[in-house]
Amino acid sequence: MIMAYELVIGLETHVELNTESKIFCSCGGHSSPKEPNDCVCPACSGMPGMLPVMNKRVVELAATAGLMLNCEINRYTTFDKKNYYYPDLPCAYQITQLNHPICVNGLVKVKTAAGERDIRIKQIHMEEDAGKLVHGGNSSFVDFNRTSVPLIEIVTQPDFRSPEEVVTYLGKLKSMFKSTGISECEEGAMRCDVNISVREEGSEKFGVRTEIKNMASFEAIDRAIRYEAQRHMDALEFGTEELVQETRRFDDVSGKTFAMRNKETEADYRYFPDPNLMPIVIDDEWLEEIKANKPVALDEKAEAYAEAGISDKEIAMLMSEHTVAKLLDDVIALGCNAKDAAAWILTDCAGILRKAGLKLKDLSITAEGLSYLIKKVDEGKLNRGAAKKTLIAVIENGADPIAYCEEQGFTKEIDSSMIEAVIDKAIESNPQAVSDYKAGKEKALMAIFGACMKELKGSGDPGQIRTMLIEKLKN
Amino acid sequence: MKYYAEIINEKGAIAVDDTILTKDTLSTAGSHILEGYKPLFSAEAVERLEKNGFNISGKTHVGEFGLDLVGEFSYYNKFEDGETLKGAAAELVKSGDVKAALGVDMNGATRRAAALSNVAFLKPTYGTVSRYGVISCAASGEQLGVYGKDADTVAEIMTVIAGNDKKDGTSLFESSYTYDTNADVKNAKVCIVKELLDKADDDVKANIVSYAETLKAQGVEVEEISCDFFEAANTAWQILMCAETCNNVSRYDGVKYGHRSENYRNIDELYVNSRTEGFNFLTKAVILYGSDVLSKTRYNDCYDKALRVRRVVAEKMKELFSKYDAVLTPVCSKSEYKAYDIKDAFTKVFEESVFTAVPNLIGLPALVSCGVQLISKQFDESKLLSLSKIVERKGE
Ligand SMILES: [Zn+2]
Repeated sequence: MIMAYELVIGLETHVELNTESKIFCSCGGHSSPKEPNDCVCPACSGMPGMLPVMNKRVVELAATAGLMLNCEINRYTTFDKKNYYYPDLPCAYQITQLNHPICVNGLVKVKTAAGERDIRIKQIHMEEDAGKLVHGGNSSFVDFNRTSVPLIEIVTQPDFRSPEEVVTYLGKLKSMFKSTGISECEEGAMRCDVNISVREEGSEKFGVRTEIKNMASFEAIDRAIRYEAQRHMDALEFGTEELVQETRRFDDVSGKTFAMRNKETEADYRYFPDPNLMPIVIDDEWLEEIKANKPVALDEKAEAYAEAGISDKEIAMLMSEHTVAKLLDDVIALGCNAKDAAAWILTDCAGILRKAGLKLKDLSITAEGLSYLIKKVDEGKLNRGAAKKTLIAVIENGADPIAYCEEQGFTKEIDSSMIEAVIDKAIESNPQAVSDYKAGKEKALMAIFGACMKELKGSGDPGQIRTMLIEKLKN
Repeated sequence: MKYYAEIINEKGAIAVDDTILTKDTLSTAGSHILEGYKPLFSAEAVERLEKNGFNISGKTHVGEFGLDLVGEFSYYNKFEDGETLKGAAAELVKSGDVKAALGVDMNGATRRAAALSNVAFLKPTYGTVSRYGVISCAASGEQLGVYGKDADTVAEIMTVIAGNDKKDGTSLFESSYTYDTNADVKNAKVCIVKELLDKADDDVKANIVSYAETLKAQGVEVEEISCDFFEAANTAWQILMCAETCNNVSRYDGVKYGHRSENYRNIDELYVNSRTEGFNFLTKAVILYGSDVLSKTRYNDCYDKALRVRRVVAEKMKELFSKYDAVLTPVCSKSEYKAYDIKDAFTKVFEESVFTAVPNLIGLPALVSCGVQLISKQFDESKLLSLSKIVERKGE
């Protein structure tokens, strides 16, 4: 008889934090260096005599991530040393948090076709990354650029029941952290260890648990879970093998998991509190500051955008680029209409960027500059065409929008007597078009209107000019 | 014996021990594993001295990572059988070749060296002098201190080097400290711990008694008391010291700098052979002991218990200092050490450290002068220096 089985999955997710410097030294943190060992100092390369100095920003970002995942923030948080030898670990220990992690007891809701499930977050802790080994010929080389880059590790309870839930959860983390700038979430900046066991449906007892280490792509995670679940079920159903608690790795090529050597997995890391880092106390004032500066999380933000009439497609674009979302928020804060502003950014600017071979994230206009253009257009003091010309100059040549408009005379104050004079002149110099129009050829209006606009060099409200022109032609 | 591992400046007035980094000059902590290591920067204390116009004369020999009694087991400086052991920095100060010297007090070696050479050494309150640039072993209790011929010299140098340093996360907030050698200590109360006195030989005892008599003659009250926790405090410190040292010297693996074995076929052999060749017997014993007390099965009974003992000792010492201004103790059990086999070093150092461990364990200041040690509560260095000056004056 084939039993019904249930998957039980827990995740440990490492996320690289987006900080200006590393976690314990002043080397540039996230901004990727070009050459190996470009971004190292005596501290993060394990020279004697150097001491770790805590980067306060890491604490703030980790706490912010915790708040977004509905965690409690531990007011007293400490660092521990984890000992193991590997050439990419210059001190032969990693500084991490074992006993007093910064965040505990969070909750994330994950929605799949099977329904919504609560995923409990056990803890979030801060730690430093290790370096990288590069193998070539008969030698191996060490690149310490990544050592001491700040990470958070988010540990869930074994609350997932399917690979779909896992992938949905990871996607949610990714867009949440990316849209708020907590992490750039670039390729490899999010890595996962998956704990998995299988039990008979309805059983309270957990099955034998295996851990699949260090996977970076959602696709690999999905495949690994499916393979591993099948392996467990085959073992339970047909006795194909005896399951043991062990650590495994996923091989992307064969799509299978393999047990890792015991030596790597049964290590005693001899954790102990790091005496060089004083316990961090997060007092009320600091926590309030962190809360006040917390960027609005994806869900709330998307909801607010939707309410303001921004389309789902536009919201999706905004969520994937936190700098663009920030620009929109700032422009709205400066008094522009949300829906209009979104269209300016995601239609007008995006179009110009695309033509210039640039990406949305390359948009470099300031909120002040953009809101100036939008407001001028709204007030009828700048026409859309001129605004677009300005945007092109800004995007392609880095022009200052306000200065550019003035230079080009786009925003020259124009009174109706000036417009009238221009219209009179256009009528006078286009007799053919005038008689055609008067004979009923509506299209002929465009020639006269175009002549007016040319004369006005883009200034003036086109609607107003058009109306005035039609009035004149009635005579 | 040789004093210097490397001469920096012939006309220098301050010597620096070799566990302290000096830019572009050998800084090897007396160990083969750091052979040829020249750092890119100087320790904060060295920088502050140079900024204040002091010349550094050179690097003095130390025992490997400062783990031995007084510096007898340096890779670069050998003592002959039966020779009397002296600390290099302490001897240079004694001979007057240098005005003062910097040393790192981690497990009492600097204080013992000062006592045997009859010069002064102050191990200041933990966190008052930056440890930036100290080749660190036991971070939670090591402290950079000063050798000088007398209290005034020590105070002068301390004033220059003490104060907050942002590069050291354990550095305390105050930007500077005052070291007064003429504080009023006429009505001070000093106690002698009977259990420690009993561990010393007659010469050392006699020295303590005469030191106490001199203090009494100046109106200082001296009492003998019984205190049962110094042994436990020492065991706790040895556990923490070995564990932290084991962890901190892990980075010396032959991969990045220092000694690399010529015999290896893979990374494991590179580690094992480099470290086997690079560390001396005593360091290896400390590594093994430290590794053991941190292991999963022993952590709760050893390391964690040592942390608890540290808290209890801090409480007990606080109680003691509510009644007394200072504790007067021996520094060594004998008035001289002879060269001995390194295989006996671990036990010997463990036994001798009973006199020196409490200040390391809980960060208290300790002043060695005239062959004895005075311990006070945190930040009470001025009282120690002033008491010591009373006795120095009598000797004049
Ligand atoms: Zn660095």
